[in-house]
Amino acid sequence: MSALPSTASKLLSVDDLRVYFPTGPSGFFGGARETVKAVDGVTFDVKAGETLGLVGESGCGKTTTGRAILRLTPVTSGAIVFDGRDLTKLSNEQMRQERQRLQIVFQDPFASLNPRHTIAGIITEPLRVHGMSSRRERLTRAQELLGLVGVAASALERYPHEFSGGQRQRIGIARALASNPAFVVLDEPVSALDVSIQSQILHLLLDLQQRFGLTYLFIAHDLAVVGQMSDRVAVMYLGQIVEMATAADLFRQPLHPYTLALLSAVPYPDPEIERRHRRIILSGEVPSPVHPPAGCRFHTRCPIATDRCRAEVPPLRRLSSGHDVACHFAETSQELVSQRLGTASAIVGTRERI
Amino acid sequence: MTIVAEQWSGSLLEVRDLHTQFFTRRGVVRAVDGVSLTLNAGETLGLVGESGCGKSVTALSILRAVQEPGRVVSGQILFEGENLLRLSERGMQQVRGRRIAMIPQDPLTALNPVLSVGDQLAEVLGVHLGMHGRGARNRGIELLERVGIPLAAQRFDAYPHQLSGGMRQRVLIAMAIACQPGLLIADEPTTALDATIQAQILELLGELTREVNMGLLLITHNLGIVAGHCDRVAIMYAGRIVETAPVRDLFAHPHHRYTNGLLECVPRLDRQGKGVFHTIPGAPPDAADIPPGCPFHPRCAFAVSRCVEDQPQLTKAAVDGSVGTFACWNPRGIEVAATP
Repeated sequence: MSALPSTASKLLSVDDLRVYFPTGPSGFFGGARETVKAVDGVTFDVKAGETLGLVGESGCGKTTTGRAILRLTPVTSGAIVFDGRDLTKLSNEQMRQERQRLQIVFQDPFASLNPRHTIAGIITEPLRVHGMSSRRERLTRAQELLGLVGVAASALERYPHEFSGGQRQRIGIARALASNPAFVVLDEPVSALDVSIQSQILHLLLDLQQRFGLTYLFIAHDLAVVGQMSDRVAVMYLGQIVEMATAADLFRQPLHPYTLALLSAVPYPDPEIERRHRRIILSGEVPSPVHPPAGCRFHTRCPIATDRCRAEVPPLRRLSSGHDVACHFAETSQELVSQRLGTASAIVGTRERI
Repeated sequence: MTIVAEQWSGSLLEVRDLHTQFFTRRGVVRAVDGVSLTLNAGETLGLVGESGCGKSVTALSILRAVQEPGRVVSGQILFEGENLLRLSERGMQQVRGRRIAMIPQDPLTALNPVLSVGDQLAEVLGVHLGMHGRGARNRGIELLERVGIPLAAQRFDAYPHQLSGGMRQRVLIAMAIACQPGLLIADEPTTALDATIQAQILELLGELTREVNMGLLLITHNLGIVAGHCDRVAIMYAGRIVETAPVRDLFAHPHHRYTNGLLECVPRLDRQGKGVFHTIPGAPPDAADIPPGCPFHPRCAFAVSRCVEDQPQLTKAAVDGSVGTFACWNPRGIEVAATP
């Protein structure tokens, strides 16, 4: 793994980002309008050329965070500084210009595209929008892009439905790269794909990153995938980051009880490990982001929660190891979980043996 | 738990040379192309493969629930010794949901949104067990408790949209086990769920199979789930089973090149760091246009000339103590027998 020099410049800084959604219009019959706090105070940096993985379960706010960075969803408050400019302060027109350099790849890249457009139309559209006026030039560039992602140029005249999931994702990547972006949000880019195709796409994404010095925000729910793609990883729970560290540190030494549980829930493709390792089975489910629990948001499901956790919000704080954790008991969480459940030591032990 | 009156001593389920085809305008799609498998009571068999490989159609064929233009064209499906393909539709209704139950993939769409959870559960109990009124209600609440739904008596009257995805999947499991079926088929039961909920549901399915000595056919694409929850595994590719083995043997000594490729492709927590990915080139074939010979040969780095023409059949792995089978002309870790 290539450790990035600490001097690498920050390409993106997200500071105290909040995205709130009203839950439907206040109806004719009145009734209080409530607010879903989808992203509630998220702060992180992404250095040029690095991949930051963003993981969490559905509803944790990871996708909303990614979309908010491109201002595809309105930002409630906070700053998103990209290459020195705060994107939240830009006019819509300025933001449209800026999107040449910030792009996004979706889980199903064609879900939002017109099925009657040919692949040529789909790939050349962003080129046209961003001012490449000659049609011939656009088509040449489209061919070049398809070559980059490993799709035959004959695809240009065909329609989205004619392609398999893996090919569609390749075309989605080509479209995202059309305007030569510096930063790409990858939102669950492989979760709809089969294992053998998934690894092809991940391989392609890493290859393109190296060739063009791309910076990625890699959003996924699959920890193993995130681990193989990221330099650093942030774990989200109920709209907030609960832990952030280098990928190696996070997987070797998870400190937030939620990360511990999440890691222990991942099934291993290895029967020997599976039979040895005992899972932390979290009780209950993720609470509603309309009324998040007071204090630490994880306390309702945390095996080691105390009265302090129910009352006092744990800030995301940096430990001496360079690991950021939002837990009052981060220093001793592993032992505490282990004592409480008699399991965690086995889990952590397993990780270390490997 | 009630005791089944007649004890069947053979395999709970034995599928022999099953062929299910879809007759489309584009031609005949051989979705299931000669599948044979066995499953014993109390055992969990993982049926693994990528999308379009025929694993779900195999399950639907067992339940005789394949929709037009699809049809089971040949083969035998012996359940407790009885060939289901010979049963009348009426006889099949006695089997479906009662002796063989299925948990569908998507808990969000499998429940009727306008009926309460309790009504849907009571319907199952009414149709199959003749339970009604208070009796059905009490049994229904008992079942919801058994599958780990808190405040079961209140949830009995809830509507599906009031429950989370994990809770809905638990309700579907409660409906599936209501009649204590001998065989439970679970088609990607946790694919739509988050990791922590997935772990809860798989744990529950494991408990239930042990508790009532039920056979579980677990259909999944996730090899991690297979490793943790299956006794034996059957790997499918292009409508055929290409390898079967006890779970430990399969992961330790895969013989078929496709199995081995799949295992290497799976991202693992213990192989961290940005790095080289193992990949299988190409994509699975279109089921309407399966290559001759071994269907995997166009993607296989180890293909020999024979693979192009000659379709390999499942054969016993000629290794000491192995009970696995595989269909490969150039298997991994085995000297190939010279004679065809």
